Order: sequence, then structure tokens, then C-alpha cells
Amino acid sequence: MLLLEQLLNGLQYSALLFLLASGLTLIFGIMGVINLAHGAFYMVGAFCAAYTAMASGSFWLGGLAALAGSALYGLVIETAIIRRLYNRDHLDQVLATLAVVFFTNELITLLFGRSPPAMPTPEWYGAFVEVLPGLMYPVSRLLFIGAGLLVAVGMWLLINHTRLGMLIRAGADDHEMVGALGVNIGRLYTLVFVFGCALCGLAGFMAAPLLSVEIGMGEKVLITTFVVIVVGGVGSVRGALVGALLIGMVDSLGRAYVPPLLDQLLPAETSGALSAGLLSASAYIVMALVLLVRPRGLLPARA
Amino acid sequence: MSRRIIIDLACLATFALLPLLAALLDEPFLVSLFTRLAIYGMAAASLDLLIGYGALVSFGHAAFFGLGGYVVGIVAFHTAQLMPLWGWEGSNSALIVWPLALLCCALLGLVMGYLSLRTSGVQFIMITLAFSQMLYFILGSLSFYGGDDGILLNERNSLPGLDLNDANQFYYLCVALLVGWLLFCRRLVGSRFGFVLRGLKQSERRTVSLGLQPVRYRLTAFVIAGLGAGLAGILWANYALFVSPDMAAWQKSGELMAMVILGGVGTLLGPVLGAAAYLGLEQLLSLWTEHWLLAFGPLLLLVVLFGRQGIYGLLMKGADKPRRARARSALPPLAAQEVRP
Repeated sequence: MLLLEQLLNGLQYSALLFLLASGLTLIFGIMGVINLAHGAFYMVGAFCAAYTAMASGSFWLGGLAALAGSALYGLVIETAIIRRLYNRDHLDQVLATLAVVFFTNELITLLFGRSPPAMPTPEWYGAFVEVLPGLMYPVSRLLFIGAGLLVAVGMWLLINHTRLGMLIRAGADDHEMVGALGVNIGRLYTLVFVFGCALCGLAGFMAAPLLSVEIGMGEKVLITTFVVIVVGGVGSVRGALVGALLIGMVDSLGRAYVPPLLDQLLPAETSGALSAGLLSASAYIVMALVLLVRPRGLLPARA
Repeated sequence: MSRRIIIDLACLATFALLPLLAALLDEPFLVSLFTRLAIYGMAAASLDLLIGYGALVSFGHAAFFGLGGYVVGIVAFHTAQLMPLWGWEGSNSALIVWPLALLCCALLGLVMGYLSLRTSGVQFIMITLAFSQMLYFILGSLSFYGGDDGILLNERNSLPGLDLNDANQFYYLCVALLVGWLLFCRRLVGSRFGFVLRGLKQSERRTVSLGLQPVRYRLTAFVIAGLGAGLAGILWANYALFVSPDMAAWQKSGELMAMVILGGVGTLLGPVLGAAAYLGLEQLLSLWTEHWLLAFGPLLLLVVLFGRQGIYGLLMKGADKPRRARARSALPPLAAQEVRP
């Protein structure tokens, strides 16, 4: 029972990571931009969701606001800044997007203040359902897993079975060639970026009632998201899915099983501190191990 | 006198005369600000060794800063609490503690560098980040040493002949170490070792075909840069009398990178000026508003997007003998892209 519950928790965390990582990995794979500001769009989404839901009382309207807010902010940032970074080296990209993070954090503080908002939720949201005989699980988390699943399937359809997806794949392979064939590559880039931002908005909306909506929430999860895409193979959506599942499961199962295991092996004082440290660092340990064996990640986009 | 020497001397004179100026203006706060500046300048210059000369964009440089500080903090903690550390009763002498801290940093650099250098490009950026985050979380989980709250130190380390608790003496020590570090780095990048490193930056393939092993040189550079940041961390622990895991957080690594870019990549002295600009702006803007990052973010953005050469490049602009100056300032030619078959 504990195992099943932890697996579901792991799935929920994986869903959050996948929503963020799929956009990030597309942006990197196609435009070659390391976007540290990706977490900022997630934060913008969460704030939009929380404040719209508080003002209107409608949960779903909050979701709509999150998607729209993140996408719009993404459009502004892409047009103003990211567009100029496509041909720059990684160092410039890291710093320019870091500057966007600084700016966005302060902007949000200025607009909404420092006190974290509480997102109102409808009654059914807090309820529990019996997933399996004897296993009650909150609807909120199931919804999260569902959203992740939906996006994964949607992305697969979009990328493999539509004309836009074909262009995205082609753009990742050789963007000059695609441009030469008469595709407006700049518009494709903008579209992909805004799409990634909208996914961040979705993640922000799903996370807003579950996690605390605060300044810096983006950075916390962003670094883990980077770990996910590096583990999975930069630029590959399949890799992002595999990486998200791996990191999510290691985190959730580790939380359940590492502390008791260490308690048996070591004296209580050291084991408590050690397991806390190990768990916080688990994603990084996984990444270091994966990169040592496969320096390009588990499922790299191009051979 | 070439422009470069003038800039060197101007910086040196500013640093040397600052305590006098502070005493004249009756602003002892200035000495404290410039101590911070010298310490961060050292860390930023060491990162420049990697980014500017080795093309190794390390996003985990704060790990060394944090580790250096923590070794000083932990030894001080045990010494103050009269709690032997594996049978060693601890010491407050800088001559013992500082080399110990540097040794730890060198070991970390060796392990972290060896593993990270198996990757390149984005993966290198990310794996260095991963290692520094690991250290960050490990330091944060040391509940015995205060966990996330860190360690408060009772006093600065003692150095024979100097009183480090005196603000001016400590300041001059930091400046002397900074100057020594910069001179050492300049010698280093001008040496055969430095040329190999820069050759690897321009074209790894050509350098390898000359019969050189890249990892050996890069690893050495990684460890040396780590030592520089570690020394800065040691000084910081002594300056602030406080260490916390935040010293190794990724934001700190980002700050160091921002300083390098602001000052000018691959110039060594530039990052020190970058650190000055960063800390100075932080100070000025935060006097004006607590939301200082709102103004700083766009400013950093402008520098990244439009000011490729940084502050040092601005100062060097139109130097009287550009060809000689360029050859000396060790900036590699811009269009050194290798043609791939």
C-alpha cells in the first residue's frame, strides 16, 4: 500500500516536472537557448491562477488566466530578449535569462506583495477517491497526474502527427534548411517558446493549490527541471518524459525508503541528517551518475 | 605607458589608498565594502580563468567558495566548543586552517573536475551546477553545524605579525592576496600551460593533434580556479564571521558569472572591476529601493546583449597600440570557429 501510494506521489511530481521540462527541452532543442527564466513563467502562471481565482471565485477561470498570463508574458520576453540570444553562446544566454529571473521576481513582488496568496478551490478538489480497494487518494493529485498524462499524449500527437510537429522536428534537425525551404523560422521559434510558456502556466495552475505560491518557487523547481532534461537527453521530449519519471520516482520512493534503511545501518543522529541531505541531493546524484555513463543523456535527440 | 599598465596602476592605487580616503571622509563603511569587493573579485577572477581562457563555463564555482568558508567555519566551531575533531583539538591559526581548507578545495576540484570534464557544452554547465547543488544540500543537512542557518564564528583566524580583527589590516591582507592571485593568474595564462589552455579553447582538435592531452590541462585549470574561489571563501568566512550553505547556492555561482561578464571575459582584472560594479550597484540601488533587482536585471541584460567586452573592454577601447595590446591582453581572435568537415 505504501509502495502504491508513493508511486502515485512520484507520478504527480513527475507530471509537474514533465510539464516544465517538455517546454524547456523543446526550447533548447530547437532554438539552442538555455532558458533559466523558464521557472519564472511557472511562477507567473501560479500567481495569475491564484489571484484570478481569488477575485472571480472560479477555479477554472484561474486556470485560463494562468495559461493566458504565462503565454502573454512569454511572448513579450521572447520578442524583447530571447530572440536576440539565438546566435549567442551559452554564457550569454545563461546570464541574460538570469537577468530576466531577477527582474520577474521583483516585478511580482512589486505587483502582488510578499505574502503568498491562497488559491481557493472547489469542494470536489479536496475530496479523496478510492483508487484501489483500501487506497484513498486526493482528487487534486489525480488531476495533476491526469494533466501530465494528457500533455504527454498531446505532445506526442502534436510532434509526430501534425504539420506543425513536422516543422518542429525539422527545425531541431537543421533550422537553416527549414528556413531556406520558405518556412518563417522566426515565427516558429516564437510559437514554440510561447507554447512552452503556456505549459509552464498549466503547471503553475496545477501546482498553485498544492504548493505554496511564492517568489522564488520557479527557481526551486527549475534546477530540478534542468536535471530532468539533461538526464533525459537535451532536446528530446521522450527524454524529458523518461527523465521526469526517473527523477520523480527516485525522489518519492527515496523519501519513503531511504530514512528507515539508514536508520537500521547508522546511529539515529547521523542517519537523520544524512538521509535528509541525500534526499535533497538525490536528483543531482542521479544526474551525475547518468552523465558519467552516458554523457549525452539517456535518450539524446540526435545520435 | 600603455593603457593596460595605467588601468592596473589606477586600480592598485585605488585599493591602496582607500583606507586613507575612508578615514578622511570618516566613512569606515567604505573599507568594509572594499574588503568584500576584493574577496568577490578574487572569486570572479578565478572563474574567469575557466570561462575566459579555458572556455569551461562552470555554473558551480560557488561550491569552492562555500567549501573554503565551511572548513574555516567548522574548525572554528570545534575550536570554540572545545570539541576535538577526530582527535584534533582544532586551531585558530590561519597558517594551519587556511592550507587545510585549500587542500579540501583542491580535492573537491579534482573529483568534481575529473567527473565533469567527461562532458562538454550544456552538459558541462549542468553537471557543475549539479555538483555545487549537491554540496549546497549536504551543507544544509549538517544539522550539527546549524543546518540552513550556518555557523557563526567567534573570531577571525590569527596570523603572526598581523591583527586580522583590525579592519584596515584585514583589508590590506585581502588586497595583497588579490594582487598576488591576479599576478599569478597572469603568469599562468602567459605560460606554456596557458597557451595550451587557450589553444584548447580555440580548437580542441588541433591541440590534440599536437599531441596534448586536453583533460590534464583542463583539470589542472579547474583545480587552480577552485583554489582561488576557495581562498575567497576562506577570507569571506573571516570577514563576515558567518558561513551558511547560501555561499554554495547556485545564485552565488550566477552572481560570479555576472561579475565576469560585467567586467569582461578573459581579462582577469576585468572581473574584479565587474565585482566592484556588481557590489557597488547593489549597494547604490538598494539605498534607493529595496527592489533593486528590478533595475539591476535590465542593466545586466543590456551589458550581456550589447556590451560584449565589459567594463575592461570599455576602458581599453581605442588603446594607443591596439595590436600589441590585444596580443598582450590574451583575448583570442573572435572568429576562431573551426571549420568542420
